[in-house]
Amino acid sequence: MAVYPNDHIQKAAAFFTKEIDRLSKRPVRLMEVCGTHTVAIFKAGIRNLLPEQVELVSGPGCPVCVTPSSYLDTAIAYSRQKGVIITTFGDMLRVPGAKSTLSEQRAAGADIRIVYSPLECIDIAKNNPMKKVVFLAVGFETTAPVAAATIIAAENASVKNFFVLSAHKRVPPALKMLLANGDVNVDGFLLPGHVCAITGESPYHFLAEQYHIPAVVTGFSAIDILQAIYTLVKQIETGEALVGNQYKQVVKPEGNPHASRILDQVYGKADAVWRGLGKIANSGLELRSNYTSFDITNDMPIDVPNQPEHSACRCGEVLRGKITPRECLLFGKTCTPEQPVGACMVSVEGTCAAWHRYGTWRWQG
Amino acid sequence: MCLAVPAQIISRDEMLALVDMDGIQRSVSVMLLPDVKQGDFVLVHAGFAMQLIDEKEAEFTMGLLKELAEHGSLPE
Ligand code: SF4
Ligand code: SF4
Repeated sequence: MAVYPNDHIQKAAAFFTKEIDRLSKRPVRLMEVCGTHTVAIFKAGIRNLLPEQVELVSGPGCPVCVTPSSYLDTAIAYSRQKGVIITTFGDMLRVPGAKSTLSEQRAAGADIRIVYSPLECIDIAKNNPMKKVVFLAVGFETTAPVAAATIIAAENASVKNFFVLSAHKRVPPALKMLLANGDVNVDGFLLPGHVCAITGESPYHFLAEQYHIPAVVTGFSAIDILQAIYTLVKQIETGEALVGNQYKQVVKPEGNPHASRILDQVYGKADAVWRGLGKIANSGLELRSNYTSFDITNDMPIDVPNQPEHSACRCGEVLRGKITPRECLLFGKTCTPEQPVGACMVSVEGTCAAWHRYGTWRWQG
Repeated sequence: MCLAVPAQIISRDEMLALVDMDGIQRSVSVMLLPDVKQGDFVLVHAGFAMQLIDEKEAEFTMGLLKELAEHGSLPE
């Protein structure tokens, strides 16, 4: 498979940096939507390479970060029910609910298991026929088809004790909401490559068509990101606005239609609550009527009291690119990756965690 | 969470495939990408092959980089 030769990468990086510098004549704000981009940008030191007037801000690009604490409270409540096994991706464990985390529940004896793939849950369910296995189904369009396929696999295998607690989210409605509210001031978007691998680029055309904001689907190497920034800056300076794709080796115009079909078979669109952003129309996914038997909230309804999120945490503003993490009073003090107060500090791809881990040059000086 | 990594299909048995992921062998589901075959490069996420990696496009990108390195400009 293609691997970029090192000297080519360095020369290309120098070219893009120089061109960005030459082209950009006024301050621009570019938003990277995906947390994996945030981390790649920090790791490669891209902020250091850019001229002062080109600012990169992080958007609501991490499903862990945008999962509201009420969801965690519900998951925690299920983890305390007798005969329930919770299965989850590892990054959910330390996300704070209102009073506790899954990690604390696990230490207190709850049966909570980390899976690499939701498919493992089917085996766990088969091996524990007297228990209910509840998968914490979170994630964007990249991950949601995986949960949908697992539900179909469970149905085909007649596994009756596998359930999901669903909080999948769709990226485009969130971007639309940010722009429609007018409370983010963004001149261009770096679009999430892996999300687009499933959806294709067309769900993002509205950025250019309705808002005249250019956007580029891009990959995750430093050179991919620099090239995307160059393309955006060039368009902004010439007044153009197109939605482009610079990750064609993975993102086809139509995405992955088979995965989209499976997703659509199992899930329909619904409103969803995002941490810090509130309720966004059509931004979530809910099980279709044929599949509601897989919904744990149907099979085993429980009452979870509504509790407010930590009041001093400013994740909501971080997720909208309104403040940088270091403008939060708790950042690096009460709130660290070891002891996160808000979700943006939990996931390695969370904006606050990335700033904490890699951004020292900025927040120290 | 949506981290995805490239892998090559070593063999395939119905909806499961054995893949090579940077030297590590792993079984992944091909339910979301049923047309893959032995030798294909795919992107793997959460135990599923998500998308084919198009080698022609990858080479094209590499060609652009090469061009840049040699001529210091991008073809229009
Ligand atoms: S979970 Fe991670 S990879 Fe997925 S969108 Fe977030 S930040 Fe991107
Ligand atoms: S630093 Fe911590 S408390 Fe502050 S916004 Fe980020 S996650 Fe929330």
